[in-house]
Amino acid sequence: MQQIIEFINNNLQIVYIIILATFVGVELIKSIPAVLHTPLMSGANALSGVVIVGAILVMLHSNPTDYLALALGFVAVVLGILNVVGGFAVTNRMLEMFKKKK
Amino acid sequence: MSVALSIIYLIATVTFIVGLKRLGHPDTAKSGNLIAAAGMGLAIVGTIFIHDLEVPTIIYALIGIAILVGAIIGWLIAVKVEMTKMPELVSLFNGFGGASAALIGIVEFGNADIQATSASMVITVLSAVIIGAITFSGSLMAWGKLNGKVKSVIKIPQYNIINNVFIIAVIGLAAYMTAGSIDTPVLLYALLVGGLVYGILFVMPIGGADMPVVISLLNSLTGIAAAITGVLYDNMVMLVGGILVGSAGIILTVAMCKAMNRTLASVIFGSFSASASGPEGVNKTLGTIKTTTASDTAIMMNYATNVIIVPGYGLAVAQAQHVIHELEEILTGKGVNVKYAIHPVAGRMPGHMNVLLAESNVEYDMLVEMDDINPQFNNADVVLVVGANDVVNPAAHNDPSSPIYGMPILDVENAKHIVVNKRSMKAGYAGIENELFYNSKTSMLFGDAKAALTDLVSELKGM
Repeated sequence: MQQIIEFINNNLQIVYIIILATFVGVELIKSIPAVLHTPLMSGANALSGVVIVGAILVMLHSNPTDYLALALGFVAVVLGILNVVGGFAVTNRMLEMFKKKK
Repeated sequence: MSVALSIIYLIATVTFIVGLKRLGHPDTAKSGNLIAAAGMGLAIVGTIFIHDLEVPTIIYALIGIAILVGAIIGWLIAVKVEMTKMPELVSLFNGFGGASAALIGIVEFGNADIQATSASMVITVLSAVIIGAITFSGSLMAWGKLNGKVKSVIKIPQYNIINNVFIIAVIGLAAYMTAGSIDTPVLLYALLVGGLVYGILFVMPIGGADMPVVISLLNSLTGIAAAITGVLYDNMVMLVGGILVGSAGIILTVAMCKAMNRTLASVIFGSFSASASGPEGVNKTLGTIKTTTASDTAIMMNYATNVIIVPGYGLAVAQAQHVIHELEEILTGKGVNVKYAIHPVAGRMPGHMNVLLAESNVEYDMLVEMDDINPQFNNADVVLVVGANDVVNPAAHNDPSSPIYGMPILDVENAKHIVVNKRSMKAGYAGIENELFYNSKTSMLFGDAKAALTDLVSELKGM
């Protein structure tokens, strides 16, 4: 218990951000027509590719002779960017089709 | 962290929020996606170039190659894939994101001097590995199930208990490693394997009809994994971006469950397949079916005033979205009032059917959502059900013993005539009989959706 309180106290800013961002996420999605669920899910999926930032940091911080870390970081960057580019591109392709005919 | 990078991350975070917001309205969705993508690009470029580390050129080169390779592959897959394959593609991309998070966790575990770092850091690293691994293998499993590569729905007694004991063991191991400040790589790999196996176990027993819910849930989990890695680096754009996806994903998951009138628990722990057995005995009480031909259907539609088309996954499988648009145009040309009735979970994902029909240039305004179209079935002369089954099953209204009882459905039985196009009398994804097919107002038009609709179109053209 002591440790949990200590953790919260040490990371108060992060705890606040997590709580607020959770509510923002909920509010953003709350009243969305079912029509847009698929593109939305796909778009959110692309956003979760933000993990690539961490993958890049891994590579920037690794020692050039630490081949294991570099190799893992390399794969992590490839997979992360796949998620980002593929996700946004597919979402865009879906939404292209929603154009209204005049 | 430099001020410039902090500001870039701040901008990127705002674009994520604005992007998600705009994705929620048909008119602004496209720009919302582009805004979020631009923010993401900014964050990536900023991360690579703005820092005060001494980074050898070789590492920059490697990062460049990795980004180029991944971006090209991702782009090609995204542009080439058929629209019907959309749900599994989202699942696949999601799995990659999860794998990326797991790999980051592994590397950071090696870097961190576990004895020196705080317990909370160790928990963070370990949970990134576990959650990343679960989303990776779970998403691949969902992908395999949706495209038919993995067929078996394993049902063994006490499956859930085994599953839960397993994940508790994995969490227990992580807790043990944290408490004891143990940095043995073997145990980390054990955790990784544990996460991977759990992902498979978790998705394995869930039926295909529930796969969208699972994908949405896994998508949410990837967001959480990204947020956890954000905590690791004290990186705000990862933290906020991840949490946004995590919470939005949960809401989306719940919305999908609601559309099917199921609880998240019943999806995860399964109940659909329970009644899959014994449809043969039921047929006898349901009566007989009536078959019809393309020309009879064409005549009926030609003289109708209101026609409602109910598209289902069978339409997508047969790639018949273009033919159905042609049919709709011909009918409209003949002065028939045509509408599409879109069930929230028609297809394999909510909104999937809209995307498919939009692909073949069906006007957005002609797609009517369930709550708006249901009162209109009373006035419909002909309802054409193409490859849909469970979403038009009246058992949802009047058979309390049915596993889909209580699920909102399209009330097609209120129409004057119902034509159902199906390949065979095979049950739908829920694996249950549909008494609609035995209704005296219903005629069955057997055959592949594309072939049947093409016949229908040529019959109508000749009239």
